Formats: sequence, C-alpha cells, structure tokens
Amino acid sequence: MERSVSAHYPGGVKPPRFRGLWAKRLAPYLLSLPAGLWLALLFLVPLFLMLSETLKSCSPASGACTMTWNWGELPHTVNLYRAQFVTSLLFALFATVIDLVISFPIAYWIAFYGGRRKNFFLIMLLVPFFVSFVIRTLVWEFILSDNGFLFSFLHRSHLVPSGFHVLGTSVAVVAGLAYNYLPFTALPLYVAIERIDHRVLDAAHDLYANRRVAFTKVILPLTIPGIFAAFLLTFIPAFGDYINQEILGGTSNTMIGTVIQNSFLVNADYPAGSSLSVVLLAISLIGIFAYARVLGSRTIEEYL
Amino acid sequence: MGGTLGLSDDERTDAPSGDPSRKVVVCFDHVTKIFDEAPAVDDLNLEIYEGEFFSLLGPSGCGKTTSLRMLGGFEEPTSGRLLLGGEDVTFQAPYRRDVNTVFQSYALFPHLDVFENVAFGLRRQKINKAQIKSKVSEMLEIVDLPNFERRRPSQLSGGQQQRVALARALVNEPTLLLLDEPMSALDAKLRRQMQVELKRIQARVGITFLYVTHDQEEAMTMSDRLAVMRHGKIEGIGSPKDVYDSPSTEFVATFLGASNLLAGSVTGTEGDCSLVRLSDGTTLRVPTARTPKGVTSVKVGVRPEKISLVESGLGASNLTNVLTGQVRVSTFTGVGNQYLVATPAGVEVTVYAQNIGHGVAPRSGDQVTLTWPVEHTFAVVPMSGAELEEQVDEGEL
Repeated sequence: MERSVSAHYPGGVKPPRFRGLWAKRLAPYLLSLPAGLWLALLFLVPLFLMLSETLKSCSPASGACTMTWNWGELPHTVNLYRAQFVTSLLFALFATVIDLVISFPIAYWIAFYGGRRKNFFLIMLLVPFFVSFVIRTLVWEFILSDNGFLFSFLHRSHLVPSGFHVLGTSVAVVAGLAYNYLPFTALPLYVAIERIDHRVLDAAHDLYANRRVAFTKVILPLTIPGIFAAFLLTFIPAFGDYINQEILGGTSNTMIGTVIQNSFLVNADYPAGSSLSVVLLAISLIGIFAYARVLGSRTIEEYL
Repeated sequence: MGGTLGLSDDERTDAPSGDPSRKVVVCFDHVTKIFDEAPAVDDLNLEIYEGEFFSLLGPSGCGKTTSLRMLGGFEEPTSGRLLLGGEDVTFQAPYRRDVNTVFQSYALFPHLDVFENVAFGLRRQKINKAQIKSKVSEMLEIVDLPNFERRRPSQLSGGQQQRVALARALVNEPTLLLLDEPMSALDAKLRRQMQVELKRIQARVGITFLYVTHDQEEAMTMSDRLAVMRHGKIEGIGSPKDVYDSPSTEFVATFLGASNLLAGSVTGTEGDCSLVRLSDGTTLRVPTARTPKGVTSVKVGVRPEKISLVESGLGASNLTNVLTGQVRVSTFTGVGNQYLVATPAGVEVTVYAQNIGHGVAPRSGDQVTLTWPVEHTFAVVPMSGAELEEQVDEGEL
C-alpha cells in the first residue's frame, strides 16, 4: 500500500497529508505506550511468572525449582486448603454484607441530606483511613486485647463473664475486615446514590408509592450498580486479606491469605503459594465477569 | 368565593370566576407558605373548576411553583387550607392524593422502560395486569407514542420524554393534573406543536389541568383561565382575553403582552368614561369600569396593536382617544411595522401596524396622529419606583 503511494511521487517523497494521517492514527498508541509498558512489566510479566511457578516443583532441601508441567498442583493445593478457602469466603462475605448495611444509610444520608457539607461529611468518613492499614489493625488489637483498657475494665466491673474475650475469635477478624474495608463500600454506594435525581423520588410519591415502595422500586434499583461495585471492591480484597486474621484472629480461623503469605515467606513453597494465588485470582475474576454480565452493558450505557 | 380574590373582577364582563353552576375542584383557602421568613405564597385564595385548563403565570420566584408543589403534597403550607374535590388535603401525603404531576425535568424513572414508567402508578394501585396493559397502550396511543413500550427514557428525545411524563401522570385519571413548566426544555418549534397537542389531549381526557409557566404566550394560547402571580399573590385572574384586555395592575399590563402606559391624573367623569389628563394637557378617556377607584394618579394603558397611525389632523371624539407625536423608529418585522412614536407627554409609544398593504408607511421623523377606540383603553395604579426597579431586575434574570 505504502509502496504504491510513493510510486506516484517521483523520488519517493510521501505527501505530508499522509504523514499527518499516520501520526493521527499512531497518536493514541504512542500516548498509551508508557502505561502499556508499565502494565506489561509490572503486571503481565509477574502474572506469567506466577502462573509458570504453579507448574514447577521445588525440593524443600535445596530450594531449587524445576519445571515439571505438573498441572496436578492446582487441584491438589486447593483440596489441601479447602477449609481456609471456605473460612476466607465466609469472613469476606460477612464483612461485605456488614459494610453494605452500615454504609447504605450513611451514603444515603450524605447524598440526600448532606447539602453543602457533603464533602466535609465524606472526608470525616475517610479520616480514620488516612492512617496506615496495619497500624489501624494493631490499634484494634490493643483495644480488644484482654489486658487492654476496655476489657480489663469490663472484666473488673463484671459486666462480662470472666472467660469472655474477643481478640483471637472469628468475630474480631470479621469486625476488623468490615472496619478496614468500609470506605471501599461507602464510596461507590455514595457515588451511585448521589447520581439519583431527587425528583424521581417526588415522582414516585406522586405516583402513589409510599416511602417503603419508593425505596424498593426506585432508589434500590437505581443503586444496584453501586451496590455491586461496592460488593466487589470490598469482597475481593477482604477475601485475600491476611493482616486482619494475623493480628486479630487466632489459630483456628486461618484465612487463605495467611496460607499464601506463609507459603511464600515462611515455607518458601513458591508453587503452592502461586497455585493458591491463581485460584484466588480466578474467583475474583468470576465476580467481575458476573458484574459485567449482569449489569455491565446496561450500566456502562446508562450510568456512566 | 370569587369575590375573595381581592380583585375588582366583578365589574368585568363575563369573567367566569364565581360561577356557582361549576364544580370547584381545587380551592386554596388563605394559603401562605413561608421559606426562611420570606413568604413565597402570601394569603393565596384561588378556585379552579372541573375540566378547566388553568394557568398560573408569573416571573421566577413569584410563588407559582410553590403553589403547585403544595397541591402535589411536596410542600406543606405554613397556614391556610387546601381543598381537593371538597376534601381537605392540606397535610395529606402526596401518595394519597388523587393528583398527578408532570415535572419540569420530567423525572422519568431511568431504570424502567416506557411501559413500566407509565404503568408505575397503576401498579401501586393494585390494578390487574390485563387492565394495566390496555390502559398503558391506550395512553401511549393518545400521546402518540405507540410501539415505544420497550424503549428506555435515555433513548428518547426531549419531546418524547415529555409525552411519556404526560402519559405516566394521565393514565391514573387523576382529579387534577399538575404541570410544572413542562415545556421549558423544548425548543420553540416543538413547544408550539406541544401546546396544540396538550390542548387536544386535555379536551379528550377531560381532566382539570393546572399549568405553571413563566411564558405568557404559552399561558394565553392554552388556558381557559389564567392567574398572573407576583410576590406570592394573584394580581390578575380571568380568561386570557379579559386579563389581556383589562389588566388589573401595571405589573399584569407589562408582564402579559406589551403595554403603552402614560401617567396622568383623573379629573372627572363623563358618561361611562373617566377623564385622565396627561402631563402635556392631553385628555384621554378610559371606561370607568376599567379605572381603579379612589385614586387620582393613574397610568393610562393601551396595547400597541390597538393603535392606528393616521395623517395629522384628526380630532378626538367620545369614542376615540387621540395623541400626536413624531415617529422615532420604524422597523419592518415582516408581519407588520413597529413604530416608536415620541409624544409630547414625554413617553415613547409603541405601535404595531399589520402588513396588510394599504397606505404609505410613515418614516422616522414624520409627524403622526395616534388614534384608538376608547373601549380598548384601561387605567392602572402606577407601581412605586422600588417596584419598577425590581421589575427591571427580574427582567434581566
């Protein structure tokens, strides 16, 4: 194509308008090049390394790994740690549902009644999260510990039975997860609710819907994309989280994140850690695909 | 009750207000609404009759939308009572009222298709499915949107969205339909088309319409009766023709169409007419019925299209008023000529002459005589300086 064009121009000089056209076509690719390289180097390459790691087997003595193409490692590790997967799934699910229930009224109130102070209220919601994730969790450990001021007071004043404690239980882990991931739920919910034209509420009331019906038939359906986004943004990191379990949990309620962390950092069993990570990734991807499938095409068209 | 409107409407010819033979659907009984210590609606008394197309007309902030929102149940009056079909609905929740609204921005439900939008109110009333289907289809037929059932609001044009909003409200067959500036988002051509359409639909369904607008042409085109509001009060009420021909205040005279207003003082009466002397000594006749009582300082008004331009030399009579002047500006507008004529009283008078092709159009600088029938003359109490200034501000908004 290009040769035939230059053939019309003696000396092979391309006319400038073609150069302009090519530059126009290439510009988007050139502009996205830095981001593309970044993604390729720091995301795709590690991803492939991790995937290939699942097919290797390592000798525990020397630490040397060899490629075995053993696909059996994947189902094997999943089977081995099924209990931890289930624990993680349940903990993450509970924490997400708790976050949704807590966030919805907050987000609703800020969006509908925040007035000119909306941004102030949002920042108030986020202020605790300016502190590092680990430090926040450590402070909870300090608050909930049996010797901490709260429980020593409760025990001394006999407000709770002597054997009662929270730290080290599943309750503490779920509460920690719910606490730490609250903004990931509240913000998407706020964005979705804020986007609702308040006049549709007037319209619903005008068309004989009382407050309850207006909520279930208008507000809730209009917020579903936000609820789903909030669910994914909270559930996925909570599912893979290990900090909360490490700090607030005990030995009986190990989450899959802790197992992965131990595989890499304690046991140096890279194939096992990689396999578990791949499974975690797959489960998260299923969630995202479900989102795109159920709400994606419609949401993208109408709410964005 | 028509007499409680605080207007000397009674003398005006065939004003339908106060007609005892017609059923009152809406009654504002001394309704006041105060926002942040300022009254948005100030002791409003108004009756609207069954099957009527009634418009509330006024500039932004005059209280027309607040009045409508109180009827819809979205605002509660600070004092007074609201009656709907004889029932006190002052504090009734909006979803219990037999009233439906077409909102300014339509407020269609974005997550529902056209069919479900229209069916929303029927579903809340637990009507059976077959009936809902037939009612919705029929209503979509009436608003000229058949086969649009499965479209979503985002896939419709502004005009189509407005029809859906209308269908969604009308399908419930309310006692009263409220329309809150429903055409403000449409372009001029579509608006004119929808005005005719709306009038046709109203005639077909026979439901009482309360229409709120700031567009005086729109109000006059469609209404059976209209009320001009300012500062939360009604300043003029009646059929568009009555309010236009005999405006009750200077505000109504200038807001509803254009008026020439000449300041003068009442010097006496002669027959059915009051005599008003202008500052240059000219005397104009105004029908006494259209002259405010008990004041001497008035403004004499005449609509620009009522005035004829004639060659100088014609005298005044019992039936015509005459002014002389010099043409300042003559503008050809296609349908006619518009003249600005400077008069000795110091006021520039606007004259519209239709382009019907006889006579030579006067040019600027020509001396002319302005003449119009006494019956087309009215007089109003002049606004205070502060009020005039405020009106200029409102006009600029």
